[in-house]
Parts: sequence; C-alpha cells; structure tokens
Amino acid sequence: MKEVTVIGAGVVGLCVARQLVDRGATVRVIDSGGEAGEQSCSWWAGGMLAPFCEGESAEEPVVRHGEEALGWWQEKTNAVETGGSLVVSAQRDRADLKQFARRTKNHRSLSRAEIEALEPELPDGIQQALYFETEANLAPREALSALKTGLERDGVSFETGWADPDVLASDGMTIDCRGLAAADAFPDLRGVKGEMLIVHAPDVTFKRTIRLLHPRIPIYVVPREDGEYMIGATMIESKDSNRASVRSVLELLSAAYALNPAFGEAEIVEIGVASRPAFPDNLPRITRNGNLIRVNGLYRHGFLLSPALGGMVADLVFNKNTRPEFLYDYSD
Amino acid sequence: MLSVYGTELSSRLMLGTAQYPSPAILADAFAKSNAGIATVSLRRESGQDRAGQDFWSLIQSLGVQILPNTAGCHTVKEAVTTAHMAREVFGTKWIKLEVIGEEDTLQPDVFGLVEAARILSEDGFQVFPYTTEDLVVADRLLNAGCEVLMPWGAPIGSGLGLNNTFGLRAMRAHFPDVPLVIDAGLGLPSQAAQAMEMGFDAVLLNTAVAKAGSPADMAHAFALALEAGRAAYLADPMEPRDMAAPSSPVIGKAFLS
Repeated sequence: MKEVTVIGAGVVGLCVARQLVDRGATVRVIDSGGEAGEQSCSWWAGGMLAPFCEGESAEEPVVRHGEEALGWWQEKTNAVETGGSLVVSAQRDRADLKQFARRTKNHRSLSRAEIEALEPELPDGIQQALYFETEANLAPREALSALKTGLERDGVSFETGWADPDVLASDGMTIDCRGLAAADAFPDLRGVKGEMLIVHAPDVTFKRTIRLLHPRIPIYVVPREDGEYMIGATMIESKDSNRASVRSVLELLSAAYALNPAFGEAEIVEIGVASRPAFPDNLPRITRNGNLIRVNGLYRHGFLLSPALGGMVADLVFNKNTRPEFLYDYSD
Repeated sequence: MLSVYGTELSSRLMLGTAQYPSPAILADAFAKSNAGIATVSLRRESGQDRAGQDFWSLIQSLGVQILPNTAGCHTVKEAVTTAHMAREVFGTKWIKLEVIGEEDTLQPDVFGLVEAARILSEDGFQVFPYTTEDLVVADRLLNAGCEVLMPWGAPIGSGLGLNNTFGLRAMRAHFPDVPLVIDAGLGLPSQAAQAMEMGFDAVLLNTAVAKAGSPADMAHAFALALEAGRAAYLADPMEPRDMAAPSSPVIGKAFLS
C-alpha cells in the first residue's frame, strides 16, 4: 500500500489526493488552515471551466486539459453549472471581439436579438457577442468542499499545520502543492495578484458567465447561488495578497455596472485578494526529487488543470519511469 | 549611433513589456526584436515592499536598458511619486513620463506633462516625455530640461499608425537635432518603416507586438521594418513628383516620333 502525504488543501492538493486515492493510495492532507480557505488561491477563483475562452491567450495544453476538466468536475461534484459563456464588448471595442473570435474556437456569433434571448439585461450598447455554448462554471468553494468530503469518506485525514516538505519526504512520498508558499523551492515562480468581489445582486438575472472585453478593464461576471455574483479579476504582477486597492475595486465595479445597472443596488459580500503562482510560460510544472514531488504554477487555471495534473502526479507516484507532460528538471 | 542623454543606444527600437500572454513569450519577442530598451510600467502598489520584484527581475534578465514609465498616472503628483519609486527600484535616472489627460484617447495632459517634466528634470531625472506633435508643447518640454521627445503616432494601443503625418513632419523639421521617438499608436511594421523614412530616430511599441497572435514573429517583422526605414532615410529618398519620369535613357531617341 502506498502512503502519501499531500501538503496543501487547495484545488491542486485535493485533486492530487483524489487521483491518488482512486488508485489505491493511503493519503493524508496537511494544510496551514486544515482545509481550503482564505489562504488558498482557489478559494477566490472564478471557477470558470472555459478552456476555449482561455485559449485566446493561454497555451495549447490549457485548452486540451481544460476540455477534459468539465466532465471530471461533473463526476466528482454537484458544483458545475452548464450554460456556456458569453463574450461581449462595447461597440467601440468591437475590434477586440473580432480578434477574440479569430483566436478562439467552439463559439458562434450572436446577433442582438439572440443576445436578448439569452441575457435580456445586457445593455443596448452590446450589439454582438460570442457564445461558447459548451463552457461551464463551478462554485469553487462547493467544489473544494465536495472533494474534501469525498476524500474523508474514503479515509483521507486532514491535518492542520505546517510541515517542511523535505523533512516529510525523508519519511515517505510527499507531494508539495502549496502554490506561492513554495516559492523558495523554485527560482522562477512569481505571483500574479488578482482581486475579485462577491456581490449579492438579486435584481440581476444573468444566467451564465459573461466576459466583457475592454482595453483597460476586462472583467467577467459569474453567477453563483442565491443571487450572488462573482466579479473578477485583476491581473497585476505582484506577489502581494494582503489587500485589494481602491482603484481595482472601482474598476471592477464600474465595469460590472456598465454590464448591468442593477449591480448598482447590489450589496458587497466579499472583496477577495490572492496571488496566483505562475512560471514564466504561465504553464504548470511538476518536479521530482526522490520522494518529494512538487506541483505548482497553475496560474489562473487551477480548476481547469488540476484534474489532469493530479493524474500525472499519480502516474509518477505509482510508476517512477513515467514522464508526464509537465515534468520539469531544473538541472536540464 | 543614436545618443540620448549621453547614452548611446544600440538599437532604434524600444519595446514595452505589458500585455504579453506570458513572460516567456515576452522574452522571445525581445530576442527577435533586437530592441535595446525595455519600457516597464510601475504600479504603485507593486512598488510597496517590492511585491512586483519577480516580474522586474525577469525584465532585468533580458539584458537591455530599462526605461521605467509612469503609465496610468493622471496627475503631476502621481507621476512624480511613481518616477521616484522607479528610480529606486530600477536604479536609473531615466523616466518615460506619461501624464494622461483623457481616458478614452489616453492623450497626454500636456500642461501636467510640462510641469512634471520640470520638477523631475530639476530633481536629476532624465525625462522621456510622451507628448503630442504640438510644436509649442515640444518647445516647453525642451525648456523644462528634456533632451528627447516622444510624440504619439496615434492613441495608445489603437494600431492606427501615423495619424498626423503633416504635424510629425513639421516637428521633425522644427527640431532637427532633438532625438524624436514615435511613441504609441503603431500597429504594423509598415507604419514603423514610415516613421523611420521620415527621419524619426526611433520608435516605441508595445501593443502591436504583445497583442499579435505571434508576438515573437511580429517583433521580428518590426525589426526588419525599422532597418529598412532607417536605411531608406539615410539613402536620401527621391522627391515625389506629379508627372512620370522615364526610368530608361531617352537621349538618342527621336522623342517627337
């Protein structure tokens, strides 16, 4: 029986644990907070399962593995909402929409009448949209909680605390999934700060993820349960995750208000900040040194890529000779 | 070789570092562009506790000169504060000064620009002002201590090219000895070539490269265009004329036949 310790109970750690348990390993998970929470990047995620939209700026593997992620999350949780995503721009930024269409696939262009049929509250200024019908979104905290519950049912223990990965690895197989907290183990891991809001807006009736293309303030609005919406997210080269700036919050809210003036009546439930761990190519890496495997750099694609990366780590644990796609050797 | 504030520049291309899909693609684009200067925008919040240091280290590892800018600043005070932070972070007296006056066109607030340029110059900065083609403003900037001017081609990020070629030609003619850098608005290599053919000393790009489908290939295309445009300028182009001028010899032909 393989015994494995996973450090980090964010989306990466939980997916790694899930894949290991599914292959028969005995797993314990250690996290500074005991479970996913404010200390985890994924707690603050948008939860968009939108591989084709991401393909506009992300590398090909993100699209490929992201496509598989939808089914995985549907199988493991009840947190997935299908309904597609809608990409829109103001008329004066229609060049951005045209370019977005050219650089992505699996979408169709909607006329104003078709937009109104899907999302009647979008303002008149939005005359064109791209509809990515097969995309979905999930509620990140529900998904994380569902994974944890399932793991506990399968005998996984969750411990609160901090542990040195090198010390743990001297005792047995250890998977370091700490995100930016593991920066000292990677010479080129950086943080990309993201700020987001959750608002309670019962007057808004958006049914699906809406992405607004804008030269300065691109945002997305994701519907959550009970009249709540997630509005995100900034992208700032900074490892800071202490506080959101007034400017960022103003910009996010102004853009949301432009999408639907009913956001003006909303209540602010939360203002969230996290810094996403990223490598220079914005793709994840797996490293291996004896009993210590590290997974990191999922950037803004935690929920899209973690199921696939969990599988790759499980491959490595059970078969030393395998060479998964994102395995990276710093001595190369 | 182009010299600005006593520093000789190895390249006539300055390249911005914002908006690339990833730092790795940014590095590829720089390698293909032969750019000699990288502009970096500094958000105030990233400067606190050097939270943005990891990204700046990536820029510094490109091995080019760093020209920090005050992008996104709307007031003199903001721009001056950002410039001071940039000097501390990057250890350079250079500052590309932007004071934005209008949100939709991102055109410079030339009044604030002149004021900030004077304050910074007196404080020992070497200021690269982002300005319009206005000759009077240009003159005021030179009086304020600037030794280089960066007129816009078109609004930032618009990709429209040289919007006012008359104004830009006048600027070039009016300030024959001041280094002039076309900053902002270029979308295509042909537009950069045109700027160089008109005798501008350098161009600064960002969006045209960063937002291309393949930034590295577009950077390479711009490098070729700059080379072609500069060579054409040095070759002293012919003057356009209204009537055809035969390119084969006519002497000896019975031209009345």
